[in-house]
Amino acid sequence: MFNYFLKRLLQSILVMLIVGFVSFSLFNFVGDPVNNMVGQEASEETREEIREKLGLNDPVYTQFFKFVVNASNGEFGLSYELRRPVSLLISERLPATLELVLVSALIAIFFGVLFGVYTAINRDGFVSNLILITSLFGVSLPTFVIGILFIYLFSVILGILPSFGRGEVVNFGFWSTGFLTISGIKALILPSITLSLFQMTYIIRLVRAEMIEILQTDYIKFARARGINNKVINNRHALKNGLIPVITITGINIGTLIAFSIITETVFQWPGMGLLFINAVQFVDVPIMSAYLIMVAFLFVMINFIVDIAYYFIDPRIRLKEEEVIK
Amino acid sequence: MIPQIIKTFLDSDIGYSFKKSKVAIVSSIIFVIIVLTSLLAVVIAPYNPFDPKSVSLMDAFTPPIWSIGGSVDFLLGTDQQGRDMLSTMIYGSQISLIVGFASIIFAMVLGVFLGVTAGYLGGRYEIVVMRFTDVQLTIPSILMALLVDGIARGFISKSLHNDMAIYVLILAIGVSEWPQFARITRAATLVEKNKEYVLASRIIGLSDIVIMIKHILPNILRPILVIATIGLSQAIITESTLSFLGVGFPPTNPSLGTLIRFGNNFLFSGEWWITFFPAIFLVVLALSINLLGDWMRDALNPKLKVR
Repeated sequence: MFNYFLKRLLQSILVMLIVGFVSFSLFNFVGDPVNNMVGQEASEETREEIREKLGLNDPVYTQFFKFVVNASNGEFGLSYELRRPVSLLISERLPATLELVLVSALIAIFFGVLFGVYTAINRDGFVSNLILITSLFGVSLPTFVIGILFIYLFSVILGILPSFGRGEVVNFGFWSTGFLTISGIKALILPSITLSLFQMTYIIRLVRAEMIEILQTDYIKFARARGINNKVINNRHALKNGLIPVITITGINIGTLIAFSIITETVFQWPGMGLLFINAVQFVDVPIMSAYLIMVAFLFVMINFIVDIAYYFIDPRIRLKEEEVIK
Repeated sequence: MIPQIIKTFLDSDIGYSFKKSKVAIVSSIIFVIIVLTSLLAVVIAPYNPFDPKSVSLMDAFTPPIWSIGGSVDFLLGTDQQGRDMLSTMIYGSQISLIVGFASIIFAMVLGVFLGVTAGYLGGRYEIVVMRFTDVQLTIPSILMALLVDGIARGFISKSLHNDMAIYVLILAIGVSEWPQFARITRAATLVEKNKEYVLASRIIGLSDIVIMIKHILPNILRPILVIATIGLSQAIITESTLSFLGVGFPPTNPSLGTLIRFGNNFLFSGEWWITFFPAIFLVVLALSINLLGDWMRDALNPKLKVR
């Protein structure tokens, strides 16, 4: 067991080091950092002075080591465009993105599993077909088109939900939450549904396929033969095993949701990390770009790590396989 | 020449399943119409929206022909600069299709090369290639495209951004799509390489390169074709998403995504057509390719045909 954890942990650290190196090269080789700081008029001496002060004359490995140390302390320098510490900018924006992603993930998982199980049990029903056809269109609709459609419907025509921003937020130290005010919750509705739709269709298909397969296995047939009623079979016996892949997918999902939040945040002008990043790409604001890269990679690696560990406890088959490998 | 090809296609077994699938016929007709329209944009589009002489600000915000205030001159209305919507959309779809095709060909060449060589040569090379593929597959392709786009923009001086947009996008989307090809071709190559015809080619002394290109590649074309079709709609959506986010095509040379981005600003003032028509066009294009890809996956899958 300990070996399993250690192996996963080492893998995670390796991935982070690679991402760190990409991000470091981005910082050092895209454009001239000194040029970006002082502007055109600075003399050659001032440039050299800054160069020395920033440690840009050190050998590359020393610079990389410093970068890793700084990055693990959350230090990414100043934004070229906004002239403020990147760490501050990101920590201001992080709560907005995480709240959006959390709510979207919950919506996607809840309705995804619900519809997936329903369509698997009632295979040829009218509602099932409706759900499946809608989900086919959902895959072809780009996220931003769904967002625009929602804004037009609920904000422009009906005028019942806000189309941009987070509404009022309540601050707890560094964390600002929109969960506690009515306007905050109202502002959350459209973006979170937009973000969750694509993932939802994905989970529907996955759960449906998994359930259909499980409902044909022997142990379900035996349960039927024993005279257990259908409801118990579906909800207890089949669903339990049908949910195992959902756990992995949920892990990957949260990563995808963070990536897709860039689009949703742009459509709804949601003040999160994604909006910060997309502005940084437009202005080639390298410190923000490299910090975002590391942040997102860190979240991805963390989520994957947690999923792997969770898997170990939930699915006994993994445990057995690992033990065999070690033996 | 072309009728001949179409006839051979319709007589083949794939052609048979094509003729039996209404979805495939309808979606391929829609796709061909869109491609032809965008290819012949100069002839078909009622106006050249990029010719300053034909554009008048006086015509700006004309609604579509069936709305109050619509004009016979502009079938689908005009945008904020007085450009005919239909014409800008036709020219925009041309850009979207060029980038879509070019980037998917780029991804295909890179992915197939790495996949076939990894599968055929094996060893440490295979492990390295597949590790890269696995890692990249966990990163959502839109994020990868955004990162490559951002890095490429960093290397290009700001004044050249607009001119270089098309190359940057092809590179970014191509790089984000290749792992799909690599994974599928490696798996297919592993199956093929142990078959007798490959062994026979080796015995008669053909070089590895010849075996890979002339013998293995033609036998694994089917899965590649399926991935390429679905990838094409993915690439078009990614391109329009990047343009929508403001890191793709500039307003002077708009793709469908750029048109939606700017139309979005006028949603609240009631000019819905500026953003809705390009959006509908994009969805129809993506949907027709997706449906075609779905059909192709079933038609080219020998496992499904046996039933």
